[in-house]
Amino acid sequence: MTHRIYFDNSATTPVRKEVVDEIMPFLTELGGNPSSRHYEGRVVRTAVEAARAKVAAALNADPAEIYFNSCASEGNNTVLRGYMLGLGKNTKKNHIITTAVEHPSIFNTAAALEKEGFEVTYLPVDGKGNLNLDDLRKAIKENTGLISTMFVNNEIGNIYPVEEIGKIAREHNILFHVDAVQAVGKIPVDVKKIGCDFLTVSAHKFYGLKGVGSLFVKRGRVLKNLLTGGHQEKGKRPGTENVVGIIGMGKAIELAVAELDEEAKRVAALRDHLEQRVLAEIPYTRVVGDPSHRVPTLSNISFRFVEGEGILLKLDTEGIAVSTGSACSSSDLKASHVITALNGDPEEAHSSIRFSLGKHSTLEDVDYTVDTLKSTISLLRSFSPIYDEFVNSDKH
Amino acid sequence: MNYTEKVMDHFLHPRNVGKIENPNAIGKVGNPACGDIIEIFLRINPEGIIEDISFETFGCGAAIATSSMTTEMVKGKHIDEALKVTRDIVAEELGGLPAEKMHCSNLASEALHKAINEYKAKYGLK
Repeated sequence: MTHRIYFDNSATTPVRKEVVDEIMPFLTELGGNPSSRHYEGRVVRTAVEAARAKVAAALNADPAEIYFNSCASEGNNTVLRGYMLGLGKNTKKNHIITTAVEHPSIFNTAAALEKEGFEVTYLPVDGKGNLNLDDLRKAIKENTGLISTMFVNNEIGNIYPVEEIGKIAREHNILFHVDAVQAVGKIPVDVKKIGCDFLTVSAHKFYGLKGVGSLFVKRGRVLKNLLTGGHQEKGKRPGTENVVGIIGMGKAIELAVAELDEEAKRVAALRDHLEQRVLAEIPYTRVVGDPSHRVPTLSNISFRFVEGEGILLKLDTEGIAVSTGSACSSSDLKASHVITALNGDPEEAHSSIRFSLGKHSTLEDVDYTVDTLKSTISLLRSFSPIYDEFVNSDKH
Repeated sequence: MNYTEKVMDHFLHPRNVGKIENPNAIGKVGNPACGDIIEIFLRINPEGIIEDISFETFGCGAAIATSSMTTEMVKGKHIDEALKVTRDIVAEELGGLPAEKMHCSNLASEALHKAINEYKAKYGLK
């Protein structure tokens, strides 16, 4: 295959070589069940626990507070549904506060809880995608039991003030969950500094394997199990461990944290170069989100008058992978609820493209992408009826 | 389901794009909120033959490909023949469309029908 440019690292990242090397013995020779008492089992148990220690260290948690699971969707479901199940018939704390810009695994789970009789408040965001903490304070009620917010938004890259939210939650004796999926490896994640009770992580966002994640549960906090079964993960998450996934996750998070400072600087420079060139060289473009509170890897740009899927397909044929908040690229045909939440403008959601850079991105990749974008956008605009209308009006 | 080769061909090499000179029938459907706007321009001669046709489309790959396909299918045909072209026929001609694209992004035939029906009404044709 010819050289591909992969600017969709927020969707998933390729597995890094060090991770492959780390898991290889467990794919070939060391095939025991970590629950077994014999040598084969003990070797694997040791490796799984070493991985747990690495994940804990990366998040400034205690290894006993880390539970491995299958993915962040499971982690997020475990927190919301596990909290609900734990309440049982007690409806005194059946109000949850979350935001209008969460990942579907929170958004749709919260909606499912509403059907079960829970009350959910979705905090709005402003035109730049930021939360207003006064809205949070006002939303807190007598029966508020849980606040769940993301650390970093997956579509626009905004960083949310989880430390402040954590402080507010503690003041009101409310449990606090952070979906940190898009934060790990991009910005420091410290559960003690955040002051959260639960925190969700997924390995494939930082060059680990797909199908493995972890949930931080602060010591003393209890969530009802979603699954019943064996004693694995201290009885909290039954099922034989995804051994290679877990071991790979330990390696991946260790490297991600060690390289964070340097890599963040490098990628931010590339991202800024991409953004500056696009804004300067392609008219009617604008950054979606808040450039002053963003992860270094991501840029979401709207290209007025053209539809995102068209851009995505055209770039794909030129060797570039990006993603879009456009309805037309998703099977449910709904425009991104995140970008629509920013300004209520579905047209912007249809026209936005997310560029998410990563450790393999280079300056050549960025320059080639901008050059390709220039011709792509001008081609698609050349037969866009709304562009036609715009240039033939007096507005521009 | 992914796009067929034929859809990709029409998306990457759309036929009859832009605005023809002196169109005497125009049909526009869709709105930006749903993500698709399609405008079809026709020049119909006194015998009712579509002499020339073009489109402008804001929309996804399917919207652009179906617009291109529709114009190609009816160019040179009589308007009554053109009215027989429906979204299902366009989709079939393209080797199929993903199910979710059948309705929202396959509006070109509607724009075509709208243009022809308005033209007929204007000239008192049945």
